[in-house]
Amino acid sequence: MVPLSWYVLLSAALFTIGVVGVLSRRNVFIILMSIELMLNAANINLIAFSHYLQNLTGQIFVIFVITVAAAEAAVALALIILLARNRGTVYVDEFNLLKG
Amino acid sequence: MATSLQSFISQLLPLYPELVIITIALTILLLDFFVDRQHKAMLGWYSLIGIVIAASMTIKLAGLAGSFFGGTFLLDPFAAYFKLAFYTACGLGILISMKYLDIEDIHRGEYYALMLFATSGMMLMASAGDLITLYLGLELMALSIYILAGFMRSDSRSNEAGIKYLLLGAFSSGIMLYGMSLLYGISGTTNLNGILAFLRGADLANPVLFLAMVMLIVSFGFKVAAVPFHMWVPDVYEGAPTSVTAFMSAGPKVAGFAVLLRIFAHTLLPMQDHTAVILAGMAVLTMAVGNIMAIAQTNIKRMLAYSSIAHAGYALVGLAAGGRDGAASVMLYVLIYAVMNMGAFGVVIMLRKAGVRGEEITDFSGLGKTNKAAAFLMLIFMFSLTGIPPMAGFIGKFYIFKSAVQAGMVWLAVVGVLFSSISAYFYLRVIMVMYMYEPKEEFSLVQSPALALALAISVTAVIVIGVYPSGVLEFARASIIGIL
Repeated sequence: MVPLSWYVLLSAALFTIGVVGVLSRRNVFIILMSIELMLNAANINLIAFSHYLQNLTGQIFVIFVITVAAAEAAVALALIILLARNRGTVYVDEFNLLKG
Repeated sequence: MATSLQSFISQLLPLYPELVIITIALTILLLDFFVDRQHKAMLGWYSLIGIVIAASMTIKLAGLAGSFFGGTFLLDPFAAYFKLAFYTACGLGILISMKYLDIEDIHRGEYYALMLFATSGMMLMASAGDLITLYLGLELMALSIYILAGFMRSDSRSNEAGIKYLLLGAFSSGIMLYGMSLLYGISGTTNLNGILAFLRGADLANPVLFLAMVMLIVSFGFKVAAVPFHMWVPDVYEGAPTSVTAFMSAGPKVAGFAVLLRIFAHTLLPMQDHTAVILAGMAVLTMAVGNIMAIAQTNIKRMLAYSSIAHAGYALVGLAAGGRDGAASVMLYVLIYAVMNMGAFGVVIMLRKAGVRGEEITDFSGLGKTNKAAAFLMLIFMFSLTGIPPMAGFIGKFYIFKSAVQAGMVWLAVVGVLFSSISAYFYLRVIMVMYMYEPKEEFSLVQSPALALALAISVTAVIVIGVYPSGVLEFARASIIGIL
């Protein structure tokens, strides 16, 4: 049986990779993937806790999170397509019309 | 069969206001096909009817307090108060949008549907009794507003605002979700009352619990635009269509404070010693950065963006003070802030014409000579935002700082008043530009009955609450009793 701490460590590692990815990468697709990693880190946590607590709520939460993540990806990709059309770039440091 | 359907419908009773809003939004998506381009404003009036129906239902349901659907949905005066604030923000937002959308040539039915979806998300947030409902409501609101911020499809600035908002919003939701998963792991439940019951008997020195609490503060700090999580605010406010900026500065911010109050003044109450210190620190930073950065702005939307950061700081002072008085003062403040900010944006929208963006502060030059009524309205909203009596903004700040003093945080109240006096500089500068500068060129303002109605409502509210605050204050005080 895999102990709970392994799952929690895995999810902490994934979450950290995600946060570092969001903060350091410049390509908007990679940033989105990093955000996805953060959400899935939380999902692993929820499922692992749900299993060890013998409580189903965590798994129900995960199903909702996956659904919302899909909706979020749809909105994000639509906005990225618009930007690529109007500006011809997917690098966030070139999104610089607004600043101050 | 018929009886089971009937019992199902009667079980949905607590959700009626949300259902009305969502039904109206969905029918707008359908009706949009049958309404031609010149008459899209009809959809706006149609959604306003929906909002009025939902508001009357919320008032009727106010007596029916309790928790429903296995504790995931709460009906209490607290939720009702915030729902009425959301109706106000959404209604004013729709009223100031109609003409503006025509000018920007983005008058499409989805706009109103998305406003209503965002409102229903906020209503779920205010009523959430469970972390899952809270998360879903928040995402429903946020996703709708990401789209609204990027609503001008062919305008690069609007696209940029949308994607910046989305990336930072999704990032903060990721942090919030991780904090929620830790909270679930520690307490074994996602129910807010369950978590409160667990914390009452728990070891609060647990570092994981502390981490979860910090993650929740960080993510809601993003949502209400508190420093140091405010970087997105000026860019998004400037790039988004002005009507969306107005709605965004009122609705989601009020919803964010509804959740902050529910979580930090209710669920995490046993950890108040820790949370109060962090919230007080954030309040000072937020007031400092918001007020000081606003001085240097030349674009009115950016200036109002920094001002909205500063106002989040004042509300955080009340949250840090805690207790019934602190919570009631926050509730009063966010309502007043929403109304006066919508009013200020309503005047900014009047300056928008085809070919002229009308977003620079210098565009207000000589407005006091060319259009006395508009200039006078802007004067009232700017006085109210500064906090000059007898406007409502003064009452809001007064009760916030009073609650801080009563909670023994005199230093925090003093800091708040000092920063508030800095804010007079950039608010009064707008008035000076309007009345002391010569008009640059002949220009006529955008006028429409809907916009005039919105401005009349907000200016009446600002003055009535300012002169006679006890009605709203008692309402806020009575609403807080259920959760504290």
